[in-house]
Amino acid sequence: MAGKKKKKGKKWLVNLILGIICFIWLIPTVGLLISSFRPAADILQTGWWKVFPHQEWKTTDTIKLSRDVDLREPIEVNGKTYSDDQLKAGVKSGDERLIWENRRNREISVQEPGWVASTKLTLDNYKNVISGKEYTLKGPDGSETKEKGTGLSQAFWNTLTIAIPATVIPILIASFAAYAFAWLRFPGRKTMFAVIIAMLVVPLQVALIPVLKDYTALGLNGSYLGIWLAHSAFGLPLVTYFMYNFISQLPKDLFESAFIDGASHFTIFSRLILPLSVPALASIGIFQFLWVWNDYLVSLIFIGNQPEVQVMSMKIADLVGSRGNDWHLLTSAAFISMLMPLAIFFLLQKYFVRGLMGGSVKG
Amino acid sequence: MNTQAKKNFSLKAALLFVVVLLLNIFVHGAIFMLFRDSTLNPLLTALFAVIWGVAGVYLLYLSFSWAVEQFPEQISRRMLPYVFIGPAVLLLGWLLVLPALRTLYLSFFNASSDKFVGLGNYLAIFSDRLLATALRNNLLWVFVGTLACVALGLLIAILADRSSYERIAKSIIFMPMAISFVAAGVIWKFVYYYQPGTEQIGLLNAIVIALGGEPQAWVTMLQPWNNFFLIIILIWMQTGFAMVIFSAAIKGVPDDILEAARVDGAGEIRIFFRIIIPYISTTLLTVTTTIIVFTLKIFDVVMVMTGGQYDTEVVATQFYRQFFMYRNFGYGSTLAIVLLIAVLPVIYFNLRQIRKQGGF
Repeated sequence: MAGKKKKKGKKWLVNLILGIICFIWLIPTVGLLISSFRPAADILQTGWWKVFPHQEWKTTDTIKLSRDVDLREPIEVNGKTYSDDQLKAGVKSGDERLIWENRRNREISVQEPGWVASTKLTLDNYKNVISGKEYTLKGPDGSETKEKGTGLSQAFWNTLTIAIPATVIPILIASFAAYAFAWLRFPGRKTMFAVIIAMLVVPLQVALIPVLKDYTALGLNGSYLGIWLAHSAFGLPLVTYFMYNFISQLPKDLFESAFIDGASHFTIFSRLILPLSVPALASIGIFQFLWVWNDYLVSLIFIGNQPEVQVMSMKIADLVGSRGNDWHLLTSAAFISMLMPLAIFFLLQKYFVRGLMGGSVKG
Repeated sequence: MNTQAKKNFSLKAALLFVVVLLLNIFVHGAIFMLFRDSTLNPLLTALFAVIWGVAGVYLLYLSFSWAVEQFPEQISRRMLPYVFIGPAVLLLGWLLVLPALRTLYLSFFNASSDKFVGLGNYLAIFSDRLLATALRNNLLWVFVGTLACVALGLLIAILADRSSYERIAKSIIFMPMAISFVAAGVIWKFVYYYQPGTEQIGLLNAIVIALGGEPQAWVTMLQPWNNFFLIIILIWMQTGFAMVIFSAAIKGVPDDILEAARVDGAGEIRIFFRIIIPYISTTLLTVTTTIIVFTLKIFDVVMVMTGGQYDTEVVATQFYRQFFMYRNFGYGSTLAIVLLIAVLPVIYFNLRQIRKQGGF
């Protein structure tokens, strides 16, 4: 009995600590989300938390002093005297507070505490960022170039155009390879598989310089094909490994009966293996898709500064560099780029987690 | 007669194979040229590109499989595996394996890759102040970042396991995993934002002021502590990963062992260190290596937050700087190889693990 009671008491503490941690984890994102809906001027003047009701001094009256009051002497207001410094910082008199509103005009605010919330919210930030009419981007040499109406919407489509094939191509290629590694016997099989496993954790930096040289020679730089191939190659080891783990676990009878019916390997693969692998394909597909969607380095190197194929992460990084204080643009742009990952996260959480876990740990 | 027929058959098949090969090269080459030179509406281009990219690869396999099947059974059985793994091996060879070797080669040459300098670049990297800072910071990232991610992930996994709202708590902690480092950079830049005066719009500075402190420019002026503020972003993003995997592992600890320990009067802390930790030690090791490998390559966060200024340079950003801004291929390659050397033990470990499991 006693043990049970003790456990219950602990549960309350556990819930509280976990609640605090969750709150800390959530708060930066919440701040970004709220700020992205606030008018540009508000973001820069007050913290985003001011949208929640809070106590603040509200001006209820203004007192104008006559011209001949000497500000260096104690100043008399409503029968009490205050020094200039006191009025600068604000001084309490009863429930009210007195503070200079405009010292040169000799105006003093009379303020009362009250509940306020700056609830002015707007969609203008999103409109600006999506249509991008107001952009002026600074080049690396300091010159300013006007972005002509492309904005994030163009980058959004570019990202999608890059991400879909860069997900499907490696998955298709890797699945074919995984099938061969798992169920076909051929010379060089072990060596090649070992090489693929070795490539799993190789930092892709080791490939960038030579690949860029090849791409420049072939004219692949800044083309969709080039970036698909790069993403496909960099994702291949992981996807092959993941699919190998799945396909090699399929029951052997499956293949034998299909073979007896005279099906070719291609037919077995596309009619039997692919449909059976849908859960695994979904998991690793989501992983690869998000990896490409969120990628910055590969795009930075193989796309460079060609605006017509730039992806969102580059656009946002550019914004941070060139308009680092324009929080109304940054917050909404960042949130737009988060929409897709968050949608996938909340709608396909099961596959997402499995893909991420399989993405680094077997199982 | 029979062998003659077979030979003819093979010849015909070989011819067909060559035709299929040429056809594929021609068709895809033509489409590529078309794309490169077209000025279509971007949406249409995107749509076509997606269709081509996806259908093209499928048709590639289809046509080659068909061509290989035209050979006599004996030959086609030997050829087919290479059709299946061919594209993967070619792609990997061209874009990852060979480049790694070429980078290694380049790392022994000077900035413009025309003079052999031996180990000169490696010596320079460890003595040059900027590069040494990058190495120092990278160590800091790996050490502090990994330790914090693993410890926090473990703590949260344990807490979540005993709490009454496990699912939602895990979702919240895991959520940052989904978003990009660039977006996370913006989120945290806003948290750390500093402006002179008492009215702060950055959360951290507002809290500091509310507690009666002085506002700080966290990621710029506060050296060398600014690195820690960048590492917090990594912790925020990666703890969820560690937590999810630990959580699954902790659930695998058999209940009867835990019960037995409790009956024997062991406290929760004792149970944690004596039973849970040893039980999940393999998972602990895997997660730690994964995060170390990930942290070694850290790039996006630093790039977005500081661009590597204010002494926050890491190896990957320094690599980018040497490679793209200074066009120093020697230093660039050497830095990449340093990263590669750092992960070599993990590669060895992975290979041994696979060999144990699958008989490779």
